[in-house]
Amino acid sequence: MSSAQLNRAFVVLLKRDLTLAFRRRSEMVNPLLFFVLVTTLFPLGVGADPALLRSIGPGIIWVAALLAALLSLESVLRSDFEDGSLEQLMLSAHPLSVLMLAKVLAHWLVTGLPLLLVAPLLGLLLGLSGDAIVTLVQTLALGTPVLSLVGTIGVALTVGLRKGGMILSLLVLPLYIPVLIFAADAVTSTGAGLPVTAQLSLLSALLVLALSLTPAATAAALKISLA
Amino acid sequence: MWHFFHQLASPRYFYRFAGRILPWLGAACLLLMLAGLYQGLLVAPTDYQQGDSYRIMFIHVPAAWMSLFVYVVMAVSGAVGLVWRIKLAEIVAVASAPIGASFTFLALVTGAIWGKPTWGTWWVWDARLTSELILLFLYLGVIALNSAIEDKRTAARATSVLALVGVVNIPIIHYSVEWWNTLHQGATVTKFDVPSIDLRMLIPLLLMALAFKLFYLVVVLMRARCEILQRERNTGWVRELVEAP
Amino acid sequence: MSWHEFIDMGGRGAYVWSAYGVALVVLVVNLLAPALWRRRLLRELARRLKRSRNPQ
Repeated sequence: MSSAQLNRAFVVLLKRDLTLAFRRRSEMVNPLLFFVLVTTLFPLGVGADPALLRSIGPGIIWVAALLAALLSLESVLRSDFEDGSLEQLMLSAHPLSVLMLAKVLAHWLVTGLPLLLVAPLLGLLLGLSGDAIVTLVQTLALGTPVLSLVGTIGVALTVGLRKGGMILSLLVLPLYIPVLIFAADAVTSTGAGLPVTAQLSLLSALLVLALSLTPAATAAALKISLA
Repeated sequence: MWHFFHQLASPRYFYRFAGRILPWLGAACLLLMLAGLYQGLLVAPTDYQQGDSYRIMFIHVPAAWMSLFVYVVMAVSGAVGLVWRIKLAEIVAVASAPIGASFTFLALVTGAIWGKPTWGTWWVWDARLTSELILLFLYLGVIALNSAIEDKRTAARATSVLALVGVVNIPIIHYSVEWWNTLHQGATVTKFDVPSIDLRMLIPLLLMALAFKLFYLVVVLMRARCEILQRERNTGWVRELVEAP
Repeated sequence: MSWHEFIDMGGRGAYVWSAYGVALVVLVVNLLAPALWRRRLLRELARRLKRSRNPQ
């Protein structure tokens, strides 16, 4: 099997998933709406004091992004599991981990990338400074792929279960904590005028680590739960 | 030697072997624990800073050590089960989860009870306590996944994968929590590790740590035996066992 | 050291003994759970065996 063939399989799968996703636009829009809604609830809950909102804003936006990512997570494998194409993928001669990477990438492009686009708006609503908003987008760009990659392991483990959703959040949320800490801290630090290269480097390291390790874990998990 | 290990990996032999050594392990555990309690509650001197409330350390610290130790054991035996397809290793991984979770719970509760007289509050978002709490969540995830999957074999293998993912994440989580803690908490919370601990305090601590390790061994063997019975319920040797207990 | 001093723990008795109490409960529950599980399993297996021996 040549690497050119593998590349083609990757691209074909990516295109297929993107096409399918664009046919079901509501599944793309719902997490985004959820992200905006949850963020809007906080000022209503804690009061509209601008100083308070500015100080807790990064945390709020990131927690909301975490939950939105979690909400959309199941769809990465669900429909393919239900119509049987997941089993077809497993039978293919290509390594399952690479195929999974294509699926995660497609899923992130559809559900993760839009979060980056609305995040500046939410930053403005919560009174973050311009610099902080730039950092917010940077952290989301580095962090949300990690969430998709790590979360897909959990999806692969629970895909065959009837009530997988609740368990999925229990499995995945603790693993999201490092991303939350570094990312929210980077945004807060920018607001305080501190350098954030360390946090961004750490997030990049997490991304590289997740990119190299999680596809294999996802493939292993999928082979077990569909055995 | 290898023959012994080979035999041990067979569920039937393991069941009998574990049953034979369990009373001895239990007795050793009880003796160590009683010795540790005697040393810790009666012999060890009162701490000049914390008074007698530091005596909670003799259960808190061993429980905290065990909480991490059991997770690592769970992940390693899970990996062994996945790679070499040894049923017994899977069984040990599954059996470890509830015990580890209860040690974690114990470390958290005793930490809170210790915190009240020492810091004045039941809970502080201290790096260690927070990491411990996250560890509890990781354990609960493993337990939930294991009980959600009907087929025991699949459940054990899925649990093993999750434990492995968790064990890779634990250092990262721990480091990130420590980072977060130094930023938000400052150095207000005193840490428990004393640079030179009195020997009369160290001995009960080590005794209790050893006792907790043996306790884990006892319970994991008990749970593994049950798990074996359940899995092998249709085999001849289990039928014989049920007929002539 | 008198019995009273031992219970009092320098005024911190409530904390120390409640911590040890929780530990005792956790350890006992850990021991009881597999013991009860095993008993239930053996009883269940015995019942199954009897039923397969003399089917009605």
